[in-house]
Amino acid sequence: MAVQVQGEVLSIRRVGAYNAMTVVAPGIAELTRPGHFVAVQVGGPESSMLLRRAFAIYDVKERGVYGGTVEFVFAVHGKGTAWLASRRPQDKLDVVGPLGKPFRLPTSRVNATLVGGGYGAAPLLPLASALRERGSRVDFVLGAGSADRLFGQLDAKRIGTTIAVTTDDGSVGERGRVSDVLPEVLDRTGSEVIYACGPMAMLKSVSAIAAERGIPCQVAVEESMACGIGVCMTCVLPVIGDDGVSRMVRSCVEGPVFLGDRVRWDDVGTVPSDVLGAPVPVASTGGGN
Amino acid sequence: MSEMTVRRHVAPPLPHVDLSTKLAGVTFPNPVFTASGCAAAGQELDQFFDVTDLGGVVTKSIMLAPRSGRPTPRMAETPSGMLNSIGLQGPGIDAFLEKDLSWLADRGARAVVSIAGGSVDDYTKLAQKLRGRPGLTMVEVNISCPNVEDRGQVFACDPVAAAAVVQAVRRNTAPGIPVFAKLSPDVTDIVAIARACVDAGADGLSVINTLLGMTIDTTTMRPALAGITGGLSGPAIRPVAVRCVWQVHQALPDVPVLGMGGIRTGLDALEFVLAGASAVSVGTTVFGDPTAPMRVLYELAHALAERGIDRLSDAVGLAHRPPVAYVPEEPDPVGDELPVVRTPVGFEEERA
Repeated sequence: MAVQVQGEVLSIRRVGAYNAMTVVAPGIAELTRPGHFVAVQVGGPESSMLLRRAFAIYDVKERGVYGGTVEFVFAVHGKGTAWLASRRPQDKLDVVGPLGKPFRLPTSRVNATLVGGGYGAAPLLPLASALRERGSRVDFVLGAGSADRLFGQLDAKRIGTTIAVTTDDGSVGERGRVSDVLPEVLDRTGSEVIYACGPMAMLKSVSAIAAERGIPCQVAVEESMACGIGVCMTCVLPVIGDDGVSRMVRSCVEGPVFLGDRVRWDDVGTVPSDVLGAPVPVASTGGGN
Repeated sequence: MSEMTVRRHVAPPLPHVDLSTKLAGVTFPNPVFTASGCAAAGQELDQFFDVTDLGGVVTKSIMLAPRSGRPTPRMAETPSGMLNSIGLQGPGIDAFLEKDLSWLADRGARAVVSIAGGSVDDYTKLAQKLRGRPGLTMVEVNISCPNVEDRGQVFACDPVAAAAVVQAVRRNTAPGIPVFAKLSPDVTDIVAIARACVDAGADGLSVINTLLGMTIDTTTMRPALAGITGGLSGPAIRPVAVRCVWQVHQALPDVPVLGMGGIRTGLDALEFVLAGASAVSVGTTVFGDPTAPMRVLYELAHALAERGIDRLSDAVGLAHRPPVAYVPEEPDPVGDELPVVRTPVGFEEERA
């Protein structure tokens, strides 16, 4: 169950290359679990930008002084996010959430490694807190292109037992990718589960490492969406179902969290010939909305 | 989940306007529908508002077999609009009947089922599968998907092909269930296609489907959509849609029209009604504003009330009436060059 709320910006702050925005949005915080996301209208009521922007939820407070708040982290990619970055406290913001399927928490105490790429680390921090509350051990691997694109290092140090950091340019932590250090972290911590959020290429490599070791791995994917609520069919990717059949599934309602070994990483952006309803390779017979 | 956390949109009371509308013998309580491909089969939107409050739920076009659709990226935002090349992804008619139509029927929603096929035979079979199904209120025949590699396969671009499909669906659909043909604006003469559909038995017309469009990513220097071209929708196409509704209503004033194309507000909906639509579909706007259909309904009711119109049906096609006397109170500084149409002013008979 999601709600549409006319929210109000409470604060916006710069965090390295990113922006963290907190919105008073009563009704969303109470329903949010780690891994959920919000979809935000941009440009105001007369905007020529019709589509919502989706962001993973970083933090919620059910009862602040101002009512329930939701915090999310975003990078400026285009006009919509530039508009969002120019919002100031008390500006109105239309928010829909919480959306999607959240991370599933283990029923017993486990050792968990959380792998975040860039601001993909944002939803992992509330997840880490939830795991810790259940007595699990949490270790972090955070990676980014450069130091200013690392997110959540301080939180991760506070919540996690250990934290490993990589950057592509070596400006902080080890030079390289999270997948370069992940095997060593898994060995050292005896991790039994992996959770990951970040760019698709990173999720693919993390899923591969998890599969090699037979460790269950949940990943939160980032696909471009128009609605975030399951009606537009734009955010699909090929995923193997419980019945072994691959389908083009919506990352907004069937995801964004998937089991890493169910996503057909090499086929993302294509329609593999064995997915349900794939076109017969003869002449195409149509298409449309 | 407690009841308290369930916050669906509760519609404010509507003004006293008779919003009911008749489409080919079937009365709908109000004229605001969803648009095919913009509301799935209603379940997702039902968390935001009660889908039975809609005039009707127009479901995403369903085909005979499950269909994966096209690769991603399938969507590109454009000024006041978007391009899509979904490629009719869907579960196929059998799964649709079992999961989606039955849900709409149980829910008490008025289901307008959109069907799409690659041949006349496909449409015949789809109509046969739908026949007698509870919850089915109307059939919308999608003959105008723009996302095809072969433009010759767009039935709505050819009057003969359009007529053949419509005739097949009408013959295989229960009497009392209106069959509407959804037209493409990408034709030279939309009235010719409209006439062909009506002559073939269409009870009404859905006007319009998306326009074929394209955008190129200047960073990758490649088409932004994996499907290269896509269907353009949203407020950007509204004037095209209003023009099409106008032309169709002018030529075929007795044929009910379900109007759609970029409706975002109640006044947008009123434009379509004034052009000749007996009902409207709210489509792309739902992606950015899931409760939009209820807001449009509310705003439309108020817009009618503000204009002293008690019944929606009185407003249908009203823009086609002859110009009325208009005498500006003072000379219009910018309108001087425009001819002012004046009709003779009548006076009461002089009393003895």
